[in-house]
Amino acid sequence: MAKITFITNDEETITLEGTSGSVMALAVDNGVPGIDGDCGGVCSCATCHVHVAPEDMEKTGSASEIETDMLELDDNADEYSRLCCQIEITDAIDGVVLKVAK
Amino acid sequence: MLKKVTDSDFEILIFVFPQKVYPIIHIAYMKKSEFPDPFEKTREAKGYGEMNDQDDPVTMLLRHKDVRKTAHNYKTFQSGAAPGRIVIPSEVNIRDTRQIPFEVDPPVHKEYRSIVEPWFKRPLQPEYQEKLAKQIANIIEEVLQEDSVEVVTGLALKLQSRALTLLLNTPFDESEKWISWGTHVFRSEGEALDGDKANILYDYIDAQIDRAAKSPTDDMYSVLLDSEFEGRKLTKEEVKGVMVLTFAGGRDTVINAVTNAIAYLAENPESLERLRNEPEITGKTVEEMIRYFSPLTQMGRVVTEDTFVCEHAAKADTRVSLCWASANRDAAVFENPNEIVMDRKINPHVGFGFSHHNCLGATHARQIMKILLQTLAEKIGSFEILDYEENIEDLHHFKRKVGFHSINMKFNPLTK
Repeated sequence: MAKITFITNDEETITLEGTSGSVMALAVDNGVPGIDGDCGGVCSCATCHVHVAPEDMEKTGSASEIETDMLELDDNADEYSRLCCQIEITDAIDGVVLKVAK
Repeated sequence: MLKKVTDSDFEILIFVFPQKVYPIIHIAYMKKSEFPDPFEKTREAKGYGEMNDQDDPVTMLLRHKDVRKTAHNYKTFQSGAAPGRIVIPSEVNIRDTRQIPFEVDPPVHKEYRSIVEPWFKRPLQPEYQEKLAKQIANIIEEVLQEDSVEVVTGLALKLQSRALTLLLNTPFDESEKWISWGTHVFRSEGEALDGDKANILYDYIDAQIDRAAKSPTDDMYSVLLDSEFEGRKLTKEEVKGVMVLTFAGGRDTVINAVTNAIAYLAENPESLERLRNEPEITGKTVEEMIRYFSPLTQMGRVVTEDTFVCEHAAKADTRVSLCWASANRDAAVFENPNEIVMDRKINPHVGFGFSHHNCLGATHARQIMKILLQTLAEKIGSFEILDYEENIEDLHHFKRKVGFHSINMKFNPLTK
């Protein structure tokens, strides 16, 4: 079980709990604004962009090359950017805080 | 010496010896739903192809990396050229209306895009999906009653047109008119573009905009007419630009995606079975089908300054194209690129384009495809392909199968 906190563009804080699947799917299932997950999680749409809190980067890891290529097109991307369809929910990411990019 | 003879159905190898021709070892049967990659050799050897198009030649970028890089660089490779010029075949001679936001570059592009984007995200709403699911279930029930169905006009065109009433939020009955236009509203049968046919659409849209201006409803025309752009309302010409894009961009593409997906499942019954047993992969299968079928082969850009693409000189005011269909088979990115891997996990395909101008209708198209696959898995036991005629695009040096002109099929219900 992992607790994941999303901070939306309107500064709303949404904390969800999940056990498996991707962070994107958890967000979409719970209607987190700004996470659309259009492509269902295969890294082709970049509609699930989040900024990981710097202190949580160790837990989530950094973006893979394919993610980085996708993120390159987003002016808001930085070193803390991830496509959250590529973050698997496990106990290891319990407590992470993700700021929704859009 | 080994000589290869191909036609659309069979690939035959003939051993030819100096004096005698030994017939024929029947090696491989090419499936009806197989879509060969005509770009492979050129993509690997030099990375770009060339085609002429109404004396405005095009350098076609074939590699995934080059396509994405060029799509992202809107300053050197612009969309906001003369209306119709970035389309291949060029529509410069048949239209003056600028399609919006498609033929506008950043930063203005972003202003337009942010106006229309929320409307085009409506397919994410559950009530939209419920209506779409009902439409698709009805169509499948209809075809199950028939002895045979021509899938392009008897299923895909209907589905596309009816679904478009949801996207436009217009009365369902409007779809009857769009269906009656046939599959070639914007294009005549041959290679040439048909201005008269395009006028049917433009006149229709003009009339709808006038109607909405006089008595607004909650349809897309009315919503656009009421939208604010840089402190003023959108003009009728701007609204027309968005509407033309909406009608034209999602017609052949959706029709081909739907038809090709059905042909694929007809020939691969184990895939239909898999969708039944593992419904959770449906979304991934949709993405994979979009990659494999690449309903839109390519999109052009006009070069704004002398530059190089793929180590090839590209002069200012010439055209390049982003060949999505080729990029989507690039073995540098996709393992087994010529196979449909239904649960492909990482799939950075460019079937909906890439970067600023990625497909505005993608959310709608994805829902159509997802619900279609779900409905087929639920209702169809098997299909038979009776006869068909392939639709081969002539890209000068490349011939690409993009779909079917017609394909007659028999649908058999799932018996539980």
